[in-house]
Order: sequence, then C-alpha cells, then structure tokens
Amino acid sequence: MTEFDRFTLDNGLRVVVHRDSSTPIVAMNILYNVGSRDEHPDRTGFAHLFEHLMFGGSVNIPRYDEPLERVGGENNAFTNNDFTNYYLTVPGHNLETAFWLESDRMLNLAFSTKSFDVQRNVVVEEFRQNYLNQPYGDAWLLLRPLAYKVHPYQWATIGIDPSHIENASMDEVRDFYERFYNPCNAIMVIAGNVETNEIKALSEKWFGVIEKGTVYHRNLPVEPTQTEARTLTVHRDVPYDAIYKSWHMCSRADDGFFATDLISDILSAGQSGRLNQQLVKNLRLFSEINAFISGDIEAGLFVITGKLIKGVSMADAEAALQLEIDEICKNEIAENELQKVKNRVEAMMAFSEMRVLDKAMNLAYYELLGDASLVNSLVHKYASVTANEISVEAKKIFKTENCSTLYYLAKN
Amino acid sequence: MTNLLNRKSQPAIQSLGRIQFPQPQISQLSNGIKVYQFNSGSQDVISIEMVFAAGSWFQKKPFSAMATNLMLREGTRNFSAQKLSETLDYFGAHFENTTERDNAYITLYSLNKHLNNTLPLLSEIVKNPVFPASEYDVIAGKQRQMLEVNRQKVNFLARTHFNSILFGSKHPYGINLEPNDIGRVNTADLVEFHKSQYHSGNCTIIVAGLIKPGLINDLETYFGGSDWSGNSISPIQYLLSGSDQKYNFHQKEGAMQSAIRIGGLMFSRSHPDFAGMKVLNAILGGYFGSRLMNNLREDKGYTYGIGSSVVPLRNGGFFVISGEVGAGVIKEALSEIKFELNRLCTEQVGESELSLVRSYLTGEMLRAVDGPFAQADLYSELIEDGLDISHFEQLTDTINHINAQQLQDLAIRYLNPDDLFTLVVGPEGI
Repeated sequence: MTEFDRFTLDNGLRVVVHRDSSTPIVAMNILYNVGSRDEHPDRTGFAHLFEHLMFGGSVNIPRYDEPLERVGGENNAFTNNDFTNYYLTVPGHNLETAFWLESDRMLNLAFSTKSFDVQRNVVVEEFRQNYLNQPYGDAWLLLRPLAYKVHPYQWATIGIDPSHIENASMDEVRDFYERFYNPCNAIMVIAGNVETNEIKALSEKWFGVIEKGTVYHRNLPVEPTQTEARTLTVHRDVPYDAIYKSWHMCSRADDGFFATDLISDILSAGQSGRLNQQLVKNLRLFSEINAFISGDIEAGLFVITGKLIKGVSMADAEAALQLEIDEICKNEIAENELQKVKNRVEAMMAFSEMRVLDKAMNLAYYELLGDASLVNSLVHKYASVTANEISVEAKKIFKTENCSTLYYLAKN
Repeated sequence: MTNLLNRKSQPAIQSLGRIQFPQPQISQLSNGIKVYQFNSGSQDVISIEMVFAAGSWFQKKPFSAMATNLMLREGTRNFSAQKLSETLDYFGAHFENTTERDNAYITLYSLNKHLNNTLPLLSEIVKNPVFPASEYDVIAGKQRQMLEVNRQKVNFLARTHFNSILFGSKHPYGINLEPNDIGRVNTADLVEFHKSQYHSGNCTIIVAGLIKPGLINDLETYFGGSDWSGNSISPIQYLLSGSDQKYNFHQKEGAMQSAIRIGGLMFSRSHPDFAGMKVLNAILGGYFGSRLMNNLREDKGYTYGIGSSVVPLRNGGFFVISGEVGAGVIKEALSEIKFELNRLCTEQVGESELSLVRSYLTGEMLRAVDGPFAQADLYSELIEDGLDISHFEQLTDTINHINAQQLQDLAIRYLNPDDLFTLVVGPEGI
C-alpha cells in the first residue's frame, strides 16, 4: 500500500507527496502530459528532442545539471509515445535546489542556439546508436507504420527519420514549449522523508507564480479497425531471421487491459512461459521468443517477437507459433497456470517499488491515467481476472485480420 | 512575495555530512560459509545471493564457466528443468545467474511469504544440478546466436577486443569468446567445473530485504551441511600478454558509428591509488557533467554518450574510456579525448570543479547504500575482495580531502595519453 497526499496549485500543477522515512534520498518526478503522439507528422521525434533541450539552461539558471550535482543529486529523463518524464534524486536536506531548478525550467527556458544546434546532433547520434547502427534496431520503426495507418503511434519516439530532427527550427521549439510545458499540463511527485506541509510551502514558493498556460485538449485521429492481415518483408545484414507480429489491443483504461497483460505473461513470462517451453525448448524452432504489450495509454499493440534458429523455415516457425495462439483462444486456461501468472505479477510489483524513485514514477504515471490511487488497486485488478476473461480477450485480439507481421530476414 | 524570490542563486547548500554505512549482520554456517545480512526496506521481499569463486578466471575452456552457471537451473537430481521453472514462476520468484571474470553469482529473488517453497529450489540447483545434454544443446545454441548478434555491434566488438589488447587473448581477463568456442564445451566439462568450483568451501551468501527471524536456521538446513564440501583449488597465476601496439583498429564495414576504447592496465580495489583514481576518473568521464561529456557531447555533439571508468578486478584492473561517435568525426573525437587527458596531466583542477565532483561522488555513495538490494550489491564486491566497511570510509575520506596536486600526480602516473592503448571499431580508422 503506497500512501500519499495530493493537492493542486492555483495554476493547475498537480502535486503528489509520498512519505518514506527509511531513506535519506528524496525523489522528485515531474511528468509533462506530452509525448510523441502529440507531434506533427512532419516533425516526428520532436518531443524527445525537446526533452534534451530542457537540460540546455533555463531563464535564470545557465546550466541545469551542475547545481544539482553540487548538492549530491542526480537526474535523467525519458520520453515515450504518451508523455515526457523528468526525474531526480537528491539528499533530502538539499531538496530545495530541486524545486529551484525544476520550477525555473517550467517558468521559461533560455532557448540557447548553441544548445539547440548541439542537441540536434546528439539526438541524431542517439538515433544511430540505438536504432540504425544495431542489428534488428529498426524493427520497431518498420512495425509501427505497418500496424497504424492513422494514429500517431505509427511513429516511434525517436522519430521517423533523422532528417525531421535536423530540420527542426527554434520557432518550433518555442511554440512546443508554450503549448505543452505549463503547470496545468504537469504532475509533480515527491517521495522520501518529507512532510506534506513542507512540500506544499516549497511548491507554492517556487511553482506557484508560474502562469497556468493554456490547457491542452488532445484530439488525435482514431485508428480505424484493421480489416485485413498486413505483412512486410525486409532483408537486412543480420545473422538470423526474425519475426515480429503485432495485434491491436485495448487501451490502458479498458476493462480488458489486465486480462490482456496476463495473456502476454501466460505466453512468455519467466522460463516456464508457453512459447519458451514449446517453441524454444521442445520444438527448437526459435532461439528466443517473447510476448509483451506495448504499454501505451491509448489502444496499443500486443506483440510477439522471435529469432529463428538457423536453418528453420519461416513458414514452419510461424505455423508452430500460430498453434500456440490458437491454443490460448480455444482452450480455457487451467486454474493453476492462471494463478501462476497472477502470483508473478504480485511479486513483480513488490520488486518494482524498492526505491523512492520507483514509487514516485509509478504515482506520477497513475495520476496521469486519472488517479494516483490506482497504484494500490493493481494487484486486486489482476487477481480478479478469470479464465473466461482470458479466453474472451484472446479471441478478440488474435484475429487474423487484426495482425501485422514483419518478416525480418537475414540477407544471405 | 514573488519579487522576493531570488531565482538567480542556488538555495543554500547543506553539507551532506558523514555517510552512515550500514553494517551487515555477519554469521557463519556450520560448514564455514559466511552469511552477510542486510535487513531493511519497505517491501516484503528478499534476495539471497550465493557467490562462488567460479568466474571465467577458473575455467579451463572458454565459455565453460558461464555455461555451468546458466545450466544450474536446467535440471537437477530431483527436478526437471521444466518443473523447476514452473515451480519458481508459480511462487513469483526468479533466479539471476551472472558469471563475471572472478566470480559467478546465483541469486534468488522471492516474496518472503513464499520463501519456504523457493529456498529449496535454490539449494537444489546449487548442490544437485545434473546438466542434461538435451537442455545444454538449447542453451548453447541460444548463447551462440546471441554472440553472433552481439558481434554485429561496434560497442560489443570494442569491449571484447579491448580486453584482449590489455590482457592478451590467452589471459582469462582478455579472452574474446568466439562462436566456435561454444561448440567445444560439453556437459562433461560442466560437471567437472561444477565439482571443482561450486562447493561450500568456495561460497559466500549475501541476504538482503526484510529478513524474517529464523532465516539463518533455514540457510543452515539447506546450505550448512558437510554434504557439499570440496577443495578449493589454488588460483592459477596467468601472465599478461597484451598488445604492444598502442593504436589498434578493427574494421566493421557499413557501421554508422565508430566505437572507441582508450585505456590501460590498472589495479585492484586494495591499491593505495584506487580511491584517488575514482575521483580523477569522475572528473574526466565518471558523471554527466564530466569533461568528456561536456566536450564531446554538450559542446561538439559528436556522441550520444561517452564516459570512463576504473574497473577493479581480483588480480589487477584497468581504466577505460568508452563511447560511440559518428563515424565521420572519429579523428576529431580521438583528438579531443587526448586533449582532455593531457589537460589532466598539465593543469591542476580548479577548486570549483573539484568541490562539484566531491559532492557528486558523495551523493553517489549515498544512493549506493539506499535500500537493501543496493547495499548488498555494494558490499558484495568488497566482501569478495576480503575488504570491509573501512574501505568505504577511506574512499569517502579521499573524496573529501584529495587535493589538485595529488590528482595531477595521479594523472601523470596513470593517464598519460602516450602510455594508453587506443582501439577504434568502425568503418575507418585514422
């Protein structure tokens, strides 16, 4: 049970406070409700580029990192399709430095040309390092536009192409900041040995004067129901053939979410997952195979990816995988196996909250979904899923016409 | 009130004070195994790590140390691999197997409430593995495919080739595993390696989490007996046979980025210069605000990330700078790295930068003892090297008191760019 207090400043900044007196470290997490789904199709990768620019100095503070390091703190950030998340940890008695830093970059940025020019290069190098210069690194860049034709989930957070980042202008940066980086579009969580009253006072002092900004109303195109199976075949300089299959699934807020997540666990959680036992160990068709959900807030993807053993034909591998999919659709899961994946989820949650920073991030995410207290009902939600619900969801997801398949083949 | 707020100046900085390093509770099982317990945290979970002197240092054939560790869970006297994984997963627990140069680790992560079901499995895989050939085929095949994929990555190639350059490809710290090496190891090798390295005389246990009373009795029951004793073999001493060429290039055609390694041999944790080198390393490339990051990333945009580290090993150690840069700027990047190394040797670090690094490292130490699992990780390295808490106290003392002259002396002694080895993996060298 994660207990917390919550309040909202007049400018709309939502603040969540979790007290944990077992550690001298305090975590601050600030989530901005803007992700790559909010980008223009010609400027993809922009939300993430912007995340880099947030470290390029703010209106009153030329460097973000140094003052934090000077008080023993550390920080980082990430961007995904749905939101942008900034987080730091700091020894508790220097917490005010974190308020000073974060409020100043919410107040206004320095918009330094130097930082802008350099960070465009840095992000292009990141694009190369993590996507283009890695074996199988572009698979997601190919799979997304195959599965989505309309919704902005069709591009990855890094963007469609490095040229989008290279062509970005300073005016676009300012515009992006004004639209999204406002108190009313942010959630702040503080976790550690703190008192809510103290956090309230610090929040008012440092964030209270920031103008509210315009509330952002998201209005994204809806992805039409997929009506026929799609495939794409590419040949790349990689040692082994790989397959990536995706199916559209429900949104995070849908009742079917928990059953869907458990389906991915039944197929591939732990060593005893069905796909590993059958396709890796018994039939020896794949060297590795995984099933997972994309974890998006809006309707996301259920994904299965596997690398084939050298010499195995793609047709044989895919047919055997299909048998496993048919199995989970046709035959209700045994109580013991269902209990196994539920137990596993319960344990994973306990292990995922070992530090105050983990707890701060989780609280911010669930507050974005609508209510931070969701974090405390998750175990119950998973535990309530029935075998019948698993079957119903599986049948909904694993329809042939709902599937997009990427065949990622070795050149030679 | 708004007018009174001074946003230009940093709020008053409070001194971080003295770090309270948590002391583990130390006990001993009847057969001599030492058990270190870190009892804290807010979640009702536990980790039990068993450390064996069973790293690649001790293997006769490349891959056999790692293969033995991976195969522990693939079938035992009383359980098939499938039954083991079914049971483990049912109770929401998991094992982590890691093989490093000196040690091998097998760690059980479990909810406390299921420990009576999961602890017996840990005992089973450590004491009674049977290494079935059919399971080994699957594991070895998978490892071989993973290795082939990794060998497409400039970063992986740079890491493995650089080890060979420093230590020599016959030295256990310098072995560069080839796919064919995997085919040369069979289950008889694993049985032999298990017998010689995985026994009570070669084992330390580190427990972390919210520890229930009586745990030590359970550990005694499962691991305290004389049923799995063995003789520790005295470690073999290997000769260094690193490269005599300072500049090395390994071609990877078509790569968009080149991986860089620059470094040299150093020393283990107990060396008197170890703590000072940690500070010097931080200044150069040990944190986000380091000189390498400032120069090559934040000023020039050559790289997504570049850093340096001091890596202590049981029998030696090394220093290395590592990063991936755009293939077109490899010459410029190498020249900037050399510039930063020279600057450390010729100029004293200023007081502002030094105090920044002192604070950063102190904060890092605080984070490193935050939570039971972090504490166990931190101490596990120390315990294996026969060191105790005083090592951290010395390290903290050096962080707070080393001066600019001492740092420059260290740079001249260890980081002269003409003495260091360079490796470039990419489409073109210089």
